[in-house]
Amino acid sequence: MNPAFSVIFLTTLIGTGQGLFIAVVFGQPYSGSGISNYGLVATILAFAFLAAGLLASFFHLGRPERAWRAVTKWRTSWLSREVIVLPIAMILVLIYAVVQWIPGLVDGKIMNTIGLVGVFVMLVLFFCTAMIYACVKFLQEWATPWTIINYTVLGTASGFVLATALSAILDVERLGDFRSLAIAFTVIGLITRLFSFHRNNRIKYRSSIQTAVGIKHRKITQRSMGHTGGSFNTRAFFHHCSDTLISNLRLTVIIIVFVIPVAMLILYGLFPREEILWAAFVVQFIGLLAERWLFFAQANHPQNLYYQTVS
Amino acid sequence: MSKQLALVIDLNVCVGCHACVTSCKEWNTSGSAGALPDERPYGKDPSGTFFNRVQTFEIGEFPNVETVHFPKSCLHCEDPPCVPVCPTGASYKREEDGIVLVDYDKCIGCEYCAWACPYGAREIDTRQKVMKKCTLCVDRIYDQELPVSERKPACVLACPTSARLFGDIQDPDSEVSVAIREEGGYQLMPEWGTNPANHYLPRRKQRITIHEDELIRADSPLKKEGVHPHGPVKDVTLDDVTSW
Ligand code: SF4
Ligand code: SF4
Repeated sequence: MNPAFSVIFLTTLIGTGQGLFIAVVFGQPYSGSGISNYGLVATILAFAFLAAGLLASFFHLGRPERAWRAVTKWRTSWLSREVIVLPIAMILVLIYAVVQWIPGLVDGKIMNTIGLVGVFVMLVLFFCTAMIYACVKFLQEWATPWTIINYTVLGTASGFVLATALSAILDVERLGDFRSLAIAFTVIGLITRLFSFHRNNRIKYRSSIQTAVGIKHRKITQRSMGHTGGSFNTRAFFHHCSDTLISNLRLTVIIIVFVIPVAMLILYGLFPREEILWAAFVVQFIGLLAERWLFFAQANHPQNLYYQTVS
Repeated sequence: MSKQLALVIDLNVCVGCHACVTSCKEWNTSGSAGALPDERPYGKDPSGTFFNRVQTFEIGEFPNVETVHFPKSCLHCEDPPCVPVCPTGASYKREEDGIVLVDYDKCIGCEYCAWACPYGAREIDTRQKVMKKCTLCVDRIYDQELPVSERKPACVLACPTSARLFGDIQDPDSEVSVAIREEGGYQLMPEWGTNPANHYLPRRKQRITIHEDELIRADSPLKKEGVHPHGPVKDVTLDDVTSW
């Protein structure tokens, strides 16, 4: 596929927002007495990430003014389900922010319940987002549980790294826990992503030029795709980058999404300077953009079989 | 099963003239849905939206090679993966005749359906920003103003070699069903269970098998055409019994 930047930003931004919210809710029990600034700031930031992702998604649409129509087919379409769950998630985040902002509005139990419901909705949202890709069965790189696992784990990891950085300025008490969890999620992410790279390397494609044109012969060569100029088919489904770039990018992704952030988080133990944590977040987020680009670029659409040779 | 309109494309006959491509473009760019845009048609890097393309494939290696022209448009799958993924319901399959259509007034241009079509049959309209694809000339085949013989998709009417047949593949006696059944009609990428309604007829060679002994007359021609070398035969021979 040809990666669309709107979708890359959508999935990475909401992933971080979801992860950050999960971090906030799990951090809350540690607050002991009362509600801290930290929770409120982090919740608002999570909202901002989700909102930015939503905004990015509009750039993907040809007709954004009709976007509301996308809620109608939730019975069959994962995209429709995502379009419904994302605003619900944002509303819950907002409610969670309000109950923290006005102390005493609700008691701790209710607040925790709102938080846990929010966490559940975040997980549902990860699932919906990933299923948009995982349900397209002939995009064999996507049609795997690894897609769901990676979306969930990578988003959560990025959220926890951000939570660690935030806690360094707002609430040092939680920092240790967040830091360990951020390292843990990033390492889990590394493992699951390596598994999916490994799996995708060895895919046996079910479609071939033979099944595409329905002719049984070992050697079928395209002589013309029917048009010399480009078309939607030549633009939307292939990244037009070299294999070397792709494999270099894969190595880069592994280093900047996983290795460097983990190293920096560990380094913070020796040199407790908050800049290190912010840098870890930024580096990882940039890496996640590249990771998502790769996720799209590596998906081999069978329609490309019909577009091998211009003429 | 209700009606399922479809095209059957005979690869044995198609000469790759692109008449179906141009007639399709002409018909569908002139309809009420608005033009099918071309960008820079006479410029350096032309591009355009089409519903139908004719591609060319070479089968085998010289000297045992054969050129196959391969028209490709939406196959109006009986189990279309492009329909359930559409978040707005703009993509739908008609109950009454099985045509897969896009409601251009509902489509938000998210392109998800194009991702979900393994055949690359959908193209975004770069001006209207909605998804477009072959409609099987739905605005033509039911037009009461046209003579019955012309109530067919534009590509079918334009094809100079009659390589394109049109009809209901659920009706076992229709021209298309008979062609699929008797001429070896097949579907593209059957591995994804999309069950395309459009079928393709393969290259067919007419061959008869002649065995060597069939080249030599087995019964004696002498019996009829000349005097028997041994004089008239008195007894009844095997030839007298069998050769008539
Ligand atoms: S060919 Fe593609 S666009 Fe047409 S019905 Fe099948 S899946 Fe949908
Ligand atoms: S591009 Fe239009 S028809 Fe296709 S899935 Fe999106 S809304 Fe539906």
